This record gives sequence, C-alpha cells and structure tokens, in this order.
Amino acid sequence: MTLSGWGRYPRIDAKLNVPRSEEDLRALVLRGHAIARGNGRAYGDSALSAQNTVHMRHFNRMLSFDAEQGQLVAEAGVLLADVIDAFLLHGWFPYVTPGTKFVTLGGMIAADVHGKNHHKDGSFGSYLDWIDVLVSDGSVQRCSRSENTELFEWTVGGMGLTGIVLRAAIRLRPVTSAWIEQRTLVAENISHAIELFEQSHDATYSVAWIDCLQQGKSMGRSLVMLGEHADGVAVPSQYRKTPLHISPKRKLSIPVEFPSWSLNSLSVRAFNALYYWNGQRKRGQQLVDWDSYFYPLDAILGWNKIYGRRGFAQFQCVLPLQCADEGLRALLSATSSAGAGSFLAVLKRFGTQNSRFSFPMEGYTLALDFPVNKKTLALMEQLDNITVAHGGRFYLAKDSRMSRNVFQQSEPRAQDYLSFRNAQMASNAFASAQSQRLGL
Amino acid sequence: MSKGTALILGARSDMAMAITHRFAKEGYNIQLAARNADSLAADASDIELRYQVAVTQHEIDALVTASHEAFVKNLPVLPDIAVCAVGYMGEQTVNERDAQAASLVMRSNFEGPASILAVLANRFEERGTGCIVGISSVAGERGRATNYVYGSAKAGFTAFLSGLRNSLAKKGVHVVTVLPGFVATKMTEHMDLPTMLTAQPEEVANAVLTAVEKKQDVIYVKSIWRSVMMIIRIIPEWLFKRMKI
Repeated sequence: MTLSGWGRYPRIDAKLNVPRSEEDLRALVLRGHAIARGNGRAYGDSALSAQNTVHMRHFNRMLSFDAEQGQLVAEAGVLLADVIDAFLLHGWFPYVTPGTKFVTLGGMIAADVHGKNHHKDGSFGSYLDWIDVLVSDGSVQRCSRSENTELFEWTVGGMGLTGIVLRAAIRLRPVTSAWIEQRTLVAENISHAIELFEQSHDATYSVAWIDCLQQGKSMGRSLVMLGEHADGVAVPSQYRKTPLHISPKRKLSIPVEFPSWSLNSLSVRAFNALYYWNGQRKRGQQLVDWDSYFYPLDAILGWNKIYGRRGFAQFQCVLPLQCADEGLRALLSATSSAGAGSFLAVLKRFGTQNSRFSFPMEGYTLALDFPVNKKTLALMEQLDNITVAHGGRFYLAKDSRMSRNVFQQSEPRAQDYLSFRNAQMASNAFASAQSQRLGL
Repeated sequence: MSKGTALILGARSDMAMAITHRFAKEGYNIQLAARNADSLAADASDIELRYQVAVTQHEIDALVTASHEAFVKNLPVLPDIAVCAVGYMGEQTVNERDAQAASLVMRSNFEGPASILAVLANRFEERGTGCIVGISSVAGERGRATNYVYGSAKAGFTAFLSGLRNSLAKKGVHVVTVLPGFVATKMTEHMDLPTMLTAQPEEVANAVLTAVEKKQDVIYVKSIWRSVMMIIRIIPEWLFKRMKI
C-alpha cells in the first residue's frame, strides 16, 4: 500500500505488517529490513520500509504506574495523548513533549524527541528508566543506563535501527495544574531573539516563532514565548476547584487537501504578519491551558493537508552555540530572498546533550516547513549547505529529502553507529527508506 | 464513581476490547471473561490505568456449557451488564465439507453464547434488573452461499436473543441485539471490505453503549445496513437463490 510520513512526502509503496503478538513481531524482524512505525508522525521516511514496515498499533497498553516515583511502564505503541489523558488528572505530565501529542512512546524514544524545555531538562531519553528492545536475533533485551548500556544509548535517538522498542519505563513530572503561565516577549530581529533566549535560561519552557519573510534590519523578528507550569492556586477562578481538569475542546478537521496554490507567498506573508501583530498585542503574561500551549496544531486534525497534494517538507537543523547568530542569519536570509516563506518557523535554544546519536546539541535549532516543489527543494539544499558550513546537523524525524553526502558531512557519528549496527547484525534486520537514502 | 459492572464475554476480540474500553471510560468496572484469561493481564492493567476502574479476569470456555452455572456463581459480583462477543467464523469452504468444523462454528456462535446468556438471564430476572447485549450478525438475517454455516448459527443466536427479550421485557431486564455488519477487526483483516459498509470497532462500542443507555432493541452500527438488510430480506427466494451476493 502507499504510505508516507506526516509530511505526505515522499509516498512509497510499502508492505505494511500489523503484528499482534511478540511472536508475530519476532517473525517479522527475522525477515529483515524491518522498521517500526508508530502513529506516523515522523515527517519524512523514517518509519517507512518498502519491504517491511511494522505497525505497532496493537502494542498500546499501559502496564503499571508507580506513584512514588512517577514511573509509568507502557508498551511502545501507547500514544502520548493517552498518557496525558490518563495521568494529568492525577497530577502528572510528561517531562518532555514534542509539538504534537499524537506520537507513540516508541517514536519518541527512537527520535529522542525534545520539547520547549530542552535547555533545562534535556531530551525525552533523560526520563527513561529502561526499555525492552527486540533485536535482530529475535530476543528481547532489557537495557538501561546500567544494563546493556550500549544498546540503550544507541537505541535512544537511533531512529529504530537497532531494534524494535517493545516497552519502556518512563518518568512523569508532578504538576499541580493543567495550566501554563506564558510570557510573550517581542524580538526585533534575530540577534535580539538570541539575546532574549540567553536571558531566559531559568524559564522552564522557551520557544520563538519567527516571521521569516522579514529582511534587512528586522530579519528574524519574532515572538519569544516563555512558560512555567502554573501553580494550582494561580489558575483562573472558574477552574480553581479542579485545576488539573480542562474540558475537551472542539477540534477542527481538515477533510480534504487544499489546492497547492492556496499557500502562496502572499497568504503566508499575511499569516505571518497577523500572527506577529497579534502576539505583540498579547505581549506580557497570560494563562494558557496545556493543550493550547503545547499542542496548538493538534487542534486542527489533519493540518498536514493544507499543503496540498504534493505534501510538505520540514527543514530542521541545529547550529552550535558559537556559530548560531551567523548561521541563523544566513539561513533566514536565504529563505526570505527565495521568497519561500515558511508557514511555521520555530527557533529554540538547546542545552547540553550527551548522547550517541540524538539530534540536539548545545546551540540553536531552527525549524521551517515548506510545501514541496522545485523551488523549495532547491532552497532546502541551500539551507543544508549553510548548516553544514556552520557545523550543524539535522533532525532525522523531520527529514525526507536530505542527500547522503550532506548527511555524511553533518554526522561524524554515523560511522560509529554503523559499526555498532554491524556488530549487532542489525544493519540488514532493520532499515528504513531514510536509512537507505542516507547510507545509515 | 463506578456506574456498575460490565461483564465482557469473549473479551479478547477487537470488538469486545473496544466495547470494554468504552464502558470503562464511562465508569463501569469490568469483568473480562475469555479462554486463557491470564493472558489478558496487560489489557486489564491498561484499562485500570486509563480509566481508574476495577478490572477482573475470569476463565470461561463458551463451548463447555456445563461450566456456565459455576462460572456465573463464581463471579465476584453479578454484573449489571453482560456483553457476549463470543464467536468464530471459520472458513465456509471448510465448514460445508467438514462436519466437525461446522459444528465448532455452530456451537461457538449459537450454543455457547445462548447457554451462558441463559444463566445470566435467569440471575438478572431474579434480581429484577440488568442488561444483556448479544453480538450477532447481519449474516444471520438470510443464508447466503458464501457463509451460511456461520450465518445459520448467528440466525439461531438472533432468534434466541429476540425470544429472551420478549420473555424478560416485563421483568426489568433489557436485551440488545447487535448486528454490526462489516467491522475492521482481526476476524476480517484478510478481507477486502467496502469502506462505506465497514465500521471501526470503536463505532460498534459507541453504538452498544448508546443502545444500553437508551434501551434500544436491535441495532445496526452503520445505519446503511438497515436499508441493505431490508432489501436483502425482501428479495424473493426464487430470485435470491440465483444471485451471487
């Protein structure tokens, strides 16, 4: 069947297997070229294998919860949304969450996802106590920071290429309300935005939205949004009795693909300008519920269809701290002079990260998304080169089109990963369209 | 917080699990009954964690009818709702040649479910309250060449449920017959089903909950099935026997 990631690009003809038991899963892994697929939210081809895509939807049970330690043990196919549904009411929230709650735990581990608090709390992998991985010989290995260490370290952030994560023990964060106190700061340009980030290290959450069509002096003008978990007593009075409960909101749904001309530079420019002015109007402090704060796009089910039939591609890189200002300038200037505004342009400060193959490094990460066409594909190649020239690297969970050459230049770690995979007999057992494209 | 207890018979199937989740979400405590009930432990903990209800597991073999009295007696509490999703389709081509296979299909879809529901019906009648939900099939509405062994067993079960409803109508016990049409489950995974006519297990679960709450008698999950089956029922036999459907 035809399968794609969230960006709906590329689409490939893939064999989709839907195992129901560990035995089914083992048999599939022994066939080779297996890649686990969760809820299909990786943007490109990370969770696609023409020969053997393994859907994990039947492995979606929560197994135990230890309220002393805030430790949840669950199968890899459990959705983050379901974890929040089950535990926020009791005062628990994920330590690290990506920009959508419709991801599985297995996917979060494979991509070692980060959130708006990376500078302070690190990536998702920091909150794993252990994971069970089904490896190339069909055995299940429990691994952690103290047991089977190498397998653990390569699996977290390893894009599913060491084995299939079956179960994980994750830690949740105690919270006293379902609300976030948000503070919005306005940055006139990119250097100002960086300055604001550097002054905001203490904020739990920080992220900036950039109006990436601006050029010259206001290039990189942005809204920097900081957030803290609100105390139970700080929530709006009508919710104070049940500070952990927010009634479900109505969801919009995009039923059909928009025609591809609907997102043109004019509409993107208008959206960006509106968003900016609206943000300026709201500068200062406000209380926002968790769903609107962390997952604004989840409220529009199927928002990926607004990019039309050809789909869209996301570009996300990270630049090391010392080159960030210069590199971001070069990236933004290339984007705005191509006139290819990105509907969403997000900037985020990363903290330190010690891991084998995870995406984050101390510095700044920029995410842009573009409808797929000749012009934007060429632009993204240009952005690739700027990133490599500034010592940066790329987020594989978002990538759908990078060349092998660019990848190899940006990832000196890939060689070690390959050696590990070869030693584990994992290189033929596990493969995705992405790993084949990148030579990983 | 608990709204009562729902017993799910044949709990392992996709449809039964979806129904279980729906009732647990509504606040019902759950009794999961199936063969090898121990292997439902992960499902039990999942449901407890998601919905904060109590879940117990119970061993039952629908085909061992002699055990059904004891099964009901040993339940920690007599449930308020009993949902029977026990069933087995087999392969028609095998069923029509192999008497053993046919018997297994007939007993799994009719004799077993009827036996266990009869015991529960008696208890519910004594108590004067309760709701019984039987998952039957549109295949039981008219025998077709492609699955008449399964269909005939479901026809028996449908008739049993309608009789039970008639008998208990004035005794405070309600009976719901569910005719789900095509449902995307493990049982139909290998079939190429028309999407218009195919329900997701979650849709069946929503329909069952509504039927219990509103005391509906016979429900189709996708309303289009009501019309489809009406047409299939009125086609005269001389024509029907020549048709390939």
